[in-house]
Amino acid sequence: MLQSAQPQSPPSASIAWASRIDRLGALLTLVGAAAVLWLPFVLVKANRIVPGEPRALWEALPGLAAGGCTAVLLLSALVAVLIRNARIRLGVALLAVVTVCLAVAAAASALTPAGNRVIRVAAGAGFWVPLVCLGLLCTDAITRLRPAPARRVLLLLAFLLAAVLALASGFFDHLSVMREYAVNAERFAAELRQHGLLALGSLGAAVIAGLPLGILCHRVPRLRAGILGTLNVIQTIPAIALFGIMMAPLGALAAALPLAQRLGIRGIGAAPAAVALFLYSLLPIVANTVLGLKRVSQAAVDAARGMGMTNAQVLWRIELPLALPVILTGIRVVLVQNIGMVTVAALIGGGGLGTFVFQGIGQTAIDLVLLGAIPIVVMAFSAAVLLDALVEVLDRGKR
Amino acid sequence: MITVENLTKQYGATRAVDDVSMQIPGNSITVIVGTSGSGKSTLLRMINRLIEPSAGRVLIEGKDTRSEPAHLLRRRIGYAIQGHGLFPHRTVEENIATVPRLLRWSAPRVRARVEELLRVFQLDPAQYARAFPHELSGGQQQRVGVARALAAEPAVLLMDEPFGALDPIIRAKAQEDLLNIQRRFGTTVVLVTHDMDEAFHLGDRVAVMSQGRLLQYDRPAVLLTRPADPFVSRMTGLADRAMRLLSLTTAGEVASPGEGGGPRVAASASLREVLSELLWSGAHAALVVEADGTVRGQLSLETILAHGRPR
Repeated sequence: MLQSAQPQSPPSASIAWASRIDRLGALLTLVGAAAVLWLPFVLVKANRIVPGEPRALWEALPGLAAGGCTAVLLLSALVAVLIRNARIRLGVALLAVVTVCLAVAAAASALTPAGNRVIRVAAGAGFWVPLVCLGLLCTDAITRLRPAPARRVLLLLAFLLAAVLALASGFFDHLSVMREYAVNAERFAAELRQHGLLALGSLGAAVIAGLPLGILCHRVPRLRAGILGTLNVIQTIPAIALFGIMMAPLGALAAALPLAQRLGIRGIGAAPAAVALFLYSLLPIVANTVLGLKRVSQAAVDAARGMGMTNAQVLWRIELPLALPVILTGIRVVLVQNIGMVTVAALIGGGGLGTFVFQGIGQTAIDLVLLGAIPIVVMAFSAAVLLDALVEVLDRGKR
Repeated sequence: MITVENLTKQYGATRAVDDVSMQIPGNSITVIVGTSGSGKSTLLRMINRLIEPSAGRVLIEGKDTRSEPAHLLRRRIGYAIQGHGLFPHRTVEENIATVPRLLRWSAPRVRARVEELLRVFQLDPAQYARAFPHELSGGQQQRVGVARALAAEPAVLLMDEPFGALDPIIRAKAQEDLLNIQRRFGTTVVLVTHDMDEAFHLGDRVAVMSQGRLLQYDRPAVLLTRPADPFVSRMTGLADRAMRLLSLTTAGEVASPGEGGGPRVAASASLREVLSELLWSGAHAALVVEADGTVRGQLSLETILAHGRPR
């Protein structure tokens, strides 16, 4: 390639030019630009359930604002395609994210007649697709910068804080999702809490039960195939089916034991959801505990025993600390999986943000679906970032 | 002193160790040598009860090892293994302090001991105490492994192929270190290896095992000159047994008075090395000198050759 570039012929010049183009950036730019050009930036709906009328970016915003937004998007496209410096890429992509978010809020305000509380202005695909492209540009730039774990967590917290402050400022209040939020504010807080409680509670129970089970599987290899096989089968049962399976025994339990009923254990509701999530959580935790313990250097364990550590000391001081990063990876999988799966719990009255999702689907009110779905995505993403950082911190100096 | 009495380990139908009895003298190095599967490691691990015997018993200084819980017994016995077995999540300092901390030594005493051992093993405490095992070279890791085994001043040190993973140059250095350490602390060392050269170089006494049985247990020279079993002579090597015999005696031990000519050799050199030197230089005698340069005496080719014959 280099040799062919020496004679200054047109084909080699084009190769040199092509090699300077960032391929991911080019792809994201193409997708994003197509979305901005041909997909509606916002949808204007006469009320919350009728289909919306599409409005492009420059139809939705006053000329100056539309021009400014377009300029920033063009800049981000140029940087994405041509600039290698990850800091600049991140900075410009963040600027563009903020710009399109402000633009969609401004469009909502501009298109909502004063005092009209029925009309809904929803963000359209022409907003969401470029936003996702810009988000991918940001994560790509952050990956290239390889920030330390603590810095990644700080970045996440800054992002969450900025999002909360922006939403609380009232600037976004005319967007249809925020209109849904305004109507459901109290329930939203309760369902958010319920969602977190179900996801974390079933995870906690799974850790308490799964860790000893994993240690047992490691110590008694004969049990391993049986236990892991059973958990594998549970994992293959669809969530809805498992909820259904839970109903009968828990219903019977509630009927037989008044105490259980008073504790809220019934055939439907949070109890079967929590039990089902707990069962789903067991496999990753048990399997990763077994894997983590198996990967602990046998020489280290032999030396520990040979120097006079008791079995408990070997477990707590050598095996578990060395297996912890792998176990935490299992916990990360479970947490992210649970945050998503709690959504389905709403179907059997388990509560959580899924309530909004299924209510929205039932009413064909997409804004209500988004009110449930967006926080779920943010929660799962945050959980993944937090636990990845934790795993990386713990994994240091352990090779 | 360690007394092994009729020690047997049965796994199903096979006997990994078959009725072994031996007296291991204190303040010495005893090497157990054998092919893989000979039961040598099993025998070693029964001394600190990492493996419980099926029959027989082990006495250390006359006391049955089963008279106390196994983990307490092991804290009094040093244990070093192939591939060092260092704890990867703990610093060098923490690794070495393992047994002293299990024994609840005071913090200053632990720190002083760690520092002493690091110096003994030529590792600068300022540089290495806080390092993690993966930051050390293979030879350094192995030295930390032995230092850790010696941390609580055990009277007995068990070593299971401790130098097996080292390259030849570092292994030779580690072997010299072990000889020095043994002399310095007066430890009773029991070392398992499959390397006959290592056994002859280190062992005050060598035990040869095969298929779970102890074939012969004696001083290295006796193993060479009066093998009890064809397997022992095969293990010790028929082709170069004369050279092996020469390697067991140092020039200083057999030098005769006088100051003839010839190449100068160290008193600590083995007769094998002196013979090689004489062959190389074409001389008939060598001048034996002490480490400080004073002349110990002279050593003729005839004397060396006489030591290469069984007596």
